[in-house]
Amino acid sequence: MKTPAATPDLHADGLRRDEARERLALLGLSAPALLLVAVTMIVPVAWLFGLSFLSDSGQLSLEHYRRMLEQPSYGRTFAMTFKVSALTTAICIAAGYPLAFVMSQLPRRAANLCMIAVLLPFWTSLLVRTYAWLVLLQRKGLINEWGMRLGWWDEPLALVHNLTGTLIGMVHIMLPFLVLPLLGAMRAIDADLLKAASSLGATPARAFRTVFLPLSLPGLAAGALIVFILCLGFYVTPAVLGGGKVIMVSNQIANDIELFFNWGAASALGAVLLVLTLALLGAATRLLRLDRVLGGTH
Amino acid sequence: MPRWLDTAASDTQVTHRQRLWLYAIAALVLAFLIVPTLIVVPMSFSASQYLEFPPREWSLRWYRSYLASPSWMQATVTSFAAGALTTLVATPLGTLAAYGLFVSRLRIARTIHTVMLTPIIVPVILVAIGVFYAYVKLKMVNSLAGIVLAHSMLAIPLVIMVVTAALKAYDMNQEMVARSLGASRARAFVGITLPQIRFALVTAALLSFLTSFDEVILALFIAGGSNSTLTRNMFNALRDQIDPTIAAISTLMIVVTTLLLVLAQRYGRERGD
Repeated sequence: MKTPAATPDLHADGLRRDEARERLALLGLSAPALLLVAVTMIVPVAWLFGLSFLSDSGQLSLEHYRRMLEQPSYGRTFAMTFKVSALTTAICIAAGYPLAFVMSQLPRRAANLCMIAVLLPFWTSLLVRTYAWLVLLQRKGLINEWGMRLGWWDEPLALVHNLTGTLIGMVHIMLPFLVLPLLGAMRAIDADLLKAASSLGATPARAFRTVFLPLSLPGLAAGALIVFILCLGFYVTPAVLGGGKVIMVSNQIANDIELFFNWGAASALGAVLLVLTLALLGAATRLLRLDRVLGGTH
Repeated sequence: MPRWLDTAASDTQVTHRQRLWLYAIAALVLAFLIVPTLIVVPMSFSASQYLEFPPREWSLRWYRSYLASPSWMQATVTSFAAGALTTLVATPLGTLAAYGLFVSRLRIARTIHTVMLTPIIVPVILVAIGVFYAYVKLKMVNSLAGIVLAHSMLAIPLVIMVVTAALKAYDMNQEMVARSLGASRARAFVGITLPQIRFALVTAALLSFLTSFDEVILALFIAGGSNSTLTRNMFNALRDQIDPTIAAISTLMIVVTTLLLVLAQRYGRERGD
C-alpha cells in the first residue's frame, strides 16, 4: 500500500500505528494458552525450583543439594538412571540400525508397510504395551512357558520385575525414535557414491564401512541422543516392569513426594534432572542441528 | 524364489542371499515392535484366570467383569470426559495461539512460541509434581476441571506445532485478498484460512484427545477419588497383580485409538488436501 504524496508523514504514522496495534492484538490471541501453560506449569515448576534452595526450616540453603551428594542412595539413583538410559540407547542402536538399513533399501511399498509396524507402538497406549510385556515376560508368562516347552531352558527365567524387563519395555518404546531420524539420513545418501566405491574396487563390506556408515552417522547420533535424553525422564516402565528394583530419578522424585512428603528433596532432584535434560538437549541441538535432521529437509 | 535370492540386492552387487541374515534381523525387530500389542487382543477373550496364548477356551468373561465393576465404569467415564473436554479446550486455545504468533511477526512472538513448547521438554514427573503443588494451593486436586486444564497444558504444544506447520504451508496472501475485498481479519480467518488448515485441526484435536486419554503420570498425582482415570486405575492394578480384566480394557483402548485414527484419515482425505 502506498501513501499519497501530499501528506506522507501523517498517513505513514497512522498506518504504522495501526499496524503496531494490530500486531499486538494478534499477539494477544496467544494470551489464553500462555496463561494456562504459565499457571499449570511454568509458575509451579519455578516455585519448585525455588523450594529446592530452602532448608526444612525455610532458610535459604543448599541443604537438599548437599544431601544429594552425601547420601549414597541418591548416587545410586543417578547411576541407575544413566545405566538404564545408556543400555537402552545401545540396544536401540543394535536393533534399529539393521532395521533402518533394510528399510532404506526396500522398494517404497514394502518400506511403507514396515513403517506402519514401526509407528504402531507410537499410537498404542503406553500402559497397554507395558501390560503386554508383563504378560509375556512373567514367570508363568508366554515366553517362559514356550521356552520351557521347547526345552530351551528348564527353570523359569526372571525376565520381569528387574533390569531386564525394564530394558525390554524401554527399548520397545524408544526404538521408533531412533529408527525415524536414522532412516531419514540413510535415504538421503546418494546411491551413486556406493556405485563409485565398488567401481573403484571396494568390496560391498568396504563400501559400506567407508561410505555408507560415515554418511549415516549424523542420523544415528541424532536418534541416539533423542533416545538417551527421553530415557532420563522415564517413570512408568521402571515402576511397573522394574518391580521396585529399578529406581530412576523420576521414581525417586515420586517416592519423595508420595512416601516422605519431602518437597525440598523432590524439587532438588527435579531441578537436577531438568538442568541435565536441557543441557543435553542444548548440546545436541548445537552439535547436530537436530532441527535440520528431524525436519527431514536437505 | 531361489533365483530371486541370487539377484543383486544393491548397486554394490550384493545378492539377496548374502543379505538374508540382515533380513532376518530386521524381521525379528519388526516382530518385537508389533507382537506385544497384538497379543493382548486374543488374550482378552480367554476364559481362563491365567493368561494363556492361544486361549484354550474363549469367553467374554473379562469384558463382563469390566462392565460390572463400578470403579472401572467410573474411570471410563472420567477418561472420556477428560479427553473430550481437553480436546475442546486445547484445540481452540492452541490454534488461536499458533495463528496469533504466526501472523504477528513481532520479535517477542518467537520467545512466546518457545515458552509454550516447554511442556513437552520438561520431564513429565516434574510437570506432575508442579501441577500437584499448584492444585494443592488452589484446592483443585482430584477435580475434573483440574485434570482437563493440566491435560490441556500438555496438549497445547502439540496443537501449536501441528497448526503452525499447516500455516507455514498455507499461502497467507489469500487472507490478504479477502481483507482487501472488505472482510474483517476474523472473517478472513474463519472463512478462508480455517477451512484450508482443517486437516491440521483434526489432527490436533485427535492428538489432544489421545494425550489426555493415555496420560498416566499427572493423573497419578491429581486424579484421585471419584475422578480417577482409566490409566491411573490400570497403573495401580499393574503394580498389584495381573488381572485379565486389564486385557479387556487394553483391547478397548486399542479399538478407540484405531477408530479415531481411521476417522481422522478419512476426514482429511475426503476433500483431498
